[in-house]
Amino acid sequence: MNWIPNILFAIVLIIGIGFFAKNVKKLVRNIKLGRDIDRTDHKKDRWNNMIRIALGQGKMVVRPVAGIMHIIVYVGFIIINIEVLEIIIDGLFGTHRIFAFLGGGYDFLIGSFEVLALLVLVAVFVFWVRRNVIKLKRFWNPEMKGWPKNDANYILYIEAVLMCLFLTMNATDYQLQQLGAEHYTQAGAFPVSQLIAPLFEGLSQSALVMIERSAWWLHIVGILFFLNYLYYSKHLHILLAFPNTWYANLEPKGKLDNLEAVTNEVKLMLDPNADPFAAPSEGDEMSEPEKFGASDATDLNWVQLMNAYTCTECGRCTSECPANQTGKLLSPRKIMMDTRDRLEEIGKNIDANGGTFKEDNKQLLDNYITKEELWACTSCNACVEACPVNINPLSIIIDMRRYLVMEQSAAPAELNNMMGNIENNGAPWPYNQMDRLNWKDEA
Amino acid sequence: MSDTIKVPTMAEMMAQGKSPEVLFWVGCAGSFDDRAKKITKAFVKLLNKAKVEFAVLGTEESCTGDPAKRSGNEFLFQMQAVTNIEVMNAYEVKKIVTACPHCFNTIKNEYPALGGTYEVVHHTQFLKSLLDDGRLTIEGGQFKGKRITFHDPCYLGRANNVYEAPRDLIKKLDAELVEMKNCRKKGFCCGAGGAQMFKEPEKGNKDVNIERTEQALETKPDVIAAACPFCNTMMTDGVKGKEKEAELQVMDVAELIANAEDL
Ligand code: SF4
Ligand code: SF4
Repeated sequence: MNWIPNILFAIVLIIGIGFFAKNVKKLVRNIKLGRDIDRTDHKKDRWNNMIRIALGQGKMVVRPVAGIMHIIVYVGFIIINIEVLEIIIDGLFGTHRIFAFLGGGYDFLIGSFEVLALLVLVAVFVFWVRRNVIKLKRFWNPEMKGWPKNDANYILYIEAVLMCLFLTMNATDYQLQQLGAEHYTQAGAFPVSQLIAPLFEGLSQSALVMIERSAWWLHIVGILFFLNYLYYSKHLHILLAFPNTWYANLEPKGKLDNLEAVTNEVKLMLDPNADPFAAPSEGDEMSEPEKFGASDATDLNWVQLMNAYTCTECGRCTSECPANQTGKLLSPRKIMMDTRDRLEEIGKNIDANGGTFKEDNKQLLDNYITKEELWACTSCNACVEACPVNINPLSIIIDMRRYLVMEQSAAPAELNNMMGNIENNGAPWPYNQMDRLNWKDEA
Repeated sequence: MSDTIKVPTMAEMMAQGKSPEVLFWVGCAGSFDDRAKKITKAFVKLLNKAKVEFAVLGTEESCTGDPAKRSGNEFLFQMQAVTNIEVMNAYEVKKIVTACPHCFNTIKNEYPALGGTYEVVHHTQFLKSLLDDGRLTIEGGQFKGKRITFHDPCYLGRANNVYEAPRDLIKKLDAELVEMKNCRKKGFCCGAGGAQMFKEPEKGNKDVNIERTEQALETKPDVIAAACPFCNTMMTDGVKGKEKEAELQVMDVAELIANAEDL
């Protein structure tokens, strides 16, 4: 017996999975560069969210065409992976269609994979047309130039190629089964590949085996390649959508967090008994005052960073954003893409410098996200509502405004006026607090 | 219109040894903005009519801090919050009603962690409960058969999931509620939130309130109903910008009810 293909297969598999593990490690390391935040309460609601939104695609169908097509690709992807399990076993042990013993059940499985594969091809085609022919506006915003645009198309091409390989493999297998070729067990139903099988009619048995084996190999190598492509792509969402929806904010959308560091200082200021000059007790964090707000990716919390890696760049947020729709520079999708790009840059910097970050005189603010974008936001939460994987771009905008205002006093002049008024008169306009009830007696 | 409205303050109530059923949080716009003051008065008239024992803080009230917080000034926000909470806790306030969704959101969601936990309702929710309990009645009146479209305030709708109370009130007017394409969860901002009210918009090709007004005009309404003093200003400006002020009005839901009653 010839063991070379099996050994080769094992090596390919180990390399493929090994690289993937390495990327996952890097991903987790980068996300952990974020500040701590506790999002482990209400576990039941969290599981519900994950099941409804990630597994059940609950927010996708808000836009029915894209939603239904996406569900086809998603279900196809998951189901066809059962086939991958068989491929791996066959590859390692030199068997062929090891699950064939399931009999009628196996016919049903293979038959439904084939139908799904066809549907996926159709959906991928529709997606490609929407992006490249119809040119839906949300796929052509300025932040979608270059890599993000190519990435989206590459994914569609890879998916199409994988499905074609799968069907070619089955079609030739079917032919070989008809010819009664050795090793090719009679198994499976081939409702779709049967239709393309005539393409291979008249080929010699060895040519058929060649094609079948090539398709088989390319299919599994393609899947391993795709697995490793994820880290560099918006396609990472197929994995991160799950933890991302689990850890998503459960509070009402209007509620912003109250910065604890500020609470402590405010208490000190208002408490007549507190001694502002008291020496900080040992182990106190006072020695290194915490930065208020965020000027760089690592000032954000880890859930916000996970959000950035999860973003599918679908642009639903941006297409609902009132600022973006009225021509302002702000695009909530760009906020997420910038955060991810900057975090990647920081990660690479750490890798290049033996595990520690070397100052690169860059930051998320200004080098990626401009003040003009930040000040255009109305905090309306339309982006948060629209996101199919519960990403919160608004929280990043607010954290960056906090840095601008509290660390740099860099608010627009009119806002400084408004805040001055609140401080002095208790209202955003220059009216006296003592006049607050005058309306009662006005005609 | 009867001119006598009764607006007791917390301090007066306290002096009489009484504690009101609810604190009416007027807010900065409701206290100082000319347009918003009319909403405040309309709401007070309804409270008086339903014989609700309420009180205001009057000169003891101060900005909730919402615009400061959304600008990024957490210090100023918390200073305002802590001061207001001290005042309200001293009066042992339990329940608050306000006609401003920004005050509503801030007091309801952001005050508890700073020591101020109250039952907070928006005035549309409160009016709805007065109707449900039979303390207030409306009979059609002048809005019968009129086309009314409702603009969802972001801080009432998406921010706090209150979509139905204002709509239920409008339906009670025997009016025809016509929805905009972007309504409820998909409601489009008026452009005032996140402290935008207090600054010039960033560079763009249109103002947000004009876009929203155009969406409202598509429904060919007789009235654009609002439930927030800032939305009201933005939509009123939008209607003026489109030179439609002769054809339709922008009114708060409380005003609609007070006017239907001809209070
Ligand atoms: S919250 Fe800000 S970024 Fe998000 S949709 Fe509204 S205006 Fe746009
Ligand atoms: S943040 Fe959400 S809605 Fe916006 S592009 Fe990313 S995945 Fe899509």
